[in-house]
Amino acid sequence: MNSHAPTTPNASRAKPPKPKLRSTLSFMLKYKTLYLLAVPGVVYFLVFKYVPLLGSVIAFQNYNLFKGFTGSPWAGLAHFQKMFAHYDFLRILKNTIYLGLLDIAIAFPAPIVLALLLNEVRKLAFKRTVQTIIYAPHFLSWVIISGIFVGILSPSSGFVNTMLSWFGIEPIYFLVENAWIRPVLVGSGVWRDVGYGTIIYLAALTSINPELYEAAEMDGANRWKQTLAITLPSLLPVITVLFLLKIGDFLDFGFERVFVFQNSLNLDSSEILDTFIYKAGLQQMQYSYATAIGLFKSIVGLTLLVIANTLSRRATGESLY
Amino acid sequence: MNARMTAGYRTFTIFNYIFLTVATLSMFLPLLNVIAQSFSSPFAIDRGEVLFWPVEFTTIYYQYVFQDASIWRAFGISVFITVVGTFINLAATSSLAYPLSRDEFVGRKQLLLMIVFTMIFTAPLIPEFILIRELRLSNTLWALMIPTAISAFNLIVMRSFFIQIPKELIDSGRIDGAGELRMAWSIVLPLSKPVMATVGIFYSVMNWNTYKNALYYINDRALYPLQIKLREMLITDDIVDTGNDLFSNLATASPQGVQMTVIIVATVPIVMIYPFLQRYFVKGMMVGSIKS
Repeated sequence: MNSHAPTTPNASRAKPPKPKLRSTLSFMLKYKTLYLLAVPGVVYFLVFKYVPLLGSVIAFQNYNLFKGFTGSPWAGLAHFQKMFAHYDFLRILKNTIYLGLLDIAIAFPAPIVLALLLNEVRKLAFKRTVQTIIYAPHFLSWVIISGIFVGILSPSSGFVNTMLSWFGIEPIYFLVENAWIRPVLVGSGVWRDVGYGTIIYLAALTSINPELYEAAEMDGANRWKQTLAITLPSLLPVITVLFLLKIGDFLDFGFERVFVFQNSLNLDSSEILDTFIYKAGLQQMQYSYATAIGLFKSIVGLTLLVIANTLSRRATGESLY
Repeated sequence: MNARMTAGYRTFTIFNYIFLTVATLSMFLPLLNVIAQSFSSPFAIDRGEVLFWPVEFTTIYYQYVFQDASIWRAFGISVFITVVGTFINLAATSSLAYPLSRDEFVGRKQLLLMIVFTMIFTAPLIPEFILIRELRLSNTLWALMIPTAISAFNLIVMRSFFIQIPKELIDSGRIDGAGELRMAWSIVLPLSKPVMATVGIFYSVMNWNTYKNALYYINDRALYPLQIKLREMLITDDIVDTGNDLFSNLATASPQGVQMTVIIVATVPIVMIYPFLQRYFVKGMMVGSIKS
């Protein structure tokens, strides 16, 4: 490194820009191996993440596979107008928002509650067993999870309906009824991820200073008051960060998660933006229209994230960036 | 503590244990039910008698699944993309994460920002689909391995690990006259086994479970991975593609037993690595969350 530093401070002051650039370049040359190592990864991000981002211009074109990006005629905002004018699109947007809200109301707080309950368990063996089992479903694919749910929710042979029949309840067709598909979609997500979600909260809980609890106990606060006064405020930064990320993903309920549970009978309630993009784009080859919807989704996500982040920074001082 | 509080807390504790037991069972019993069904007779399944233990024990579904060449083939494809794909994942991720961890890398902050941006703002599906087509990756197994070569989250996990390797080690390597590549290979890499194992296991689960990209990019039935095959068997009840009459009758008479058996077959590899997985992912989650 020293060999490339300017010989004297004066020399560098005399001609400031050039030597600096040259020394940076020779510095880079000295560590060229590092740059060479990074090349494949950088190329990966440029090609597979940034090129498709640029390719989103086809949302403003009438894209034709044979004419390509450069030859396809421009369409302006026609595809976006079509989107908002279309009855189906509005229904699908409503489905997506509704599922997103349900997910935030149920799936988001669930791991927090579970972590708080697990934190009260004093028997270590019990705690470990519970943790080992509740983490596991997170690693199953959505296809497998849908298969399991098909098996246990089947009206004729599934054990859920078998158990319901013990209480005299008629079999419920969980997977083909519009009224039931949303609870199944949100519920299967909770089933899969609630345990895994507790990891981060449990880690935050262990970092709380035990002296705080001792002091609270001296003041006569019971366990519940301690939870309200110490535990929850300590978790707040983690909760805020995860909540902001969740808001950014608001319209992103997950293609696979919904697609594997979809059938022609529950489509009215289960069609979301992601599955619609797949059908309009890849199955019906309306490339530009599907891209317009995708772009809309990404922009809404980013906007929500920025708004929520600003609000949160003003209100609690916590923010992502 | 006074007596009243203790009583209240004791009641809570009892309910807490009951609640956690029920929650854990609700995770565990569905899996047990799937196993029980895969070993039960079609008649018992149809009558809804199978709960958590096989009724009229049989291994006929397993015989059926194991004689089906297309299931074996899909299994083989999934093993292939898990092994080769994970190797690509680790090579690509570590060779970018390592320079990003070194102070000597000019512009690492900007590069990292550029990568994190792709986590927040994702490109729409169609341009990506067109890209894969233009690159002639459609209908090849590369379409399942190359577009997912680096996950930004795993990259950050790895970089955080590399950063905490003491600089003195690298300096001492330099004094001994080792080049950058040699230092990366024989000093940093051997120290990085824990993070390689963590991230490698994350990636293998991802590769084993890959479904979306296979649905988008693979039309050739001979290249279907197990998840696509399984999905097909779950939605189409006619799983009869076999010359064997006995098995054909079984499959048409009771597809559910077959479906549950294929679920088991597709889950066994995950179950086998789960003990290793569990040791690592908690640590991995932590490192990743610190940075973001």
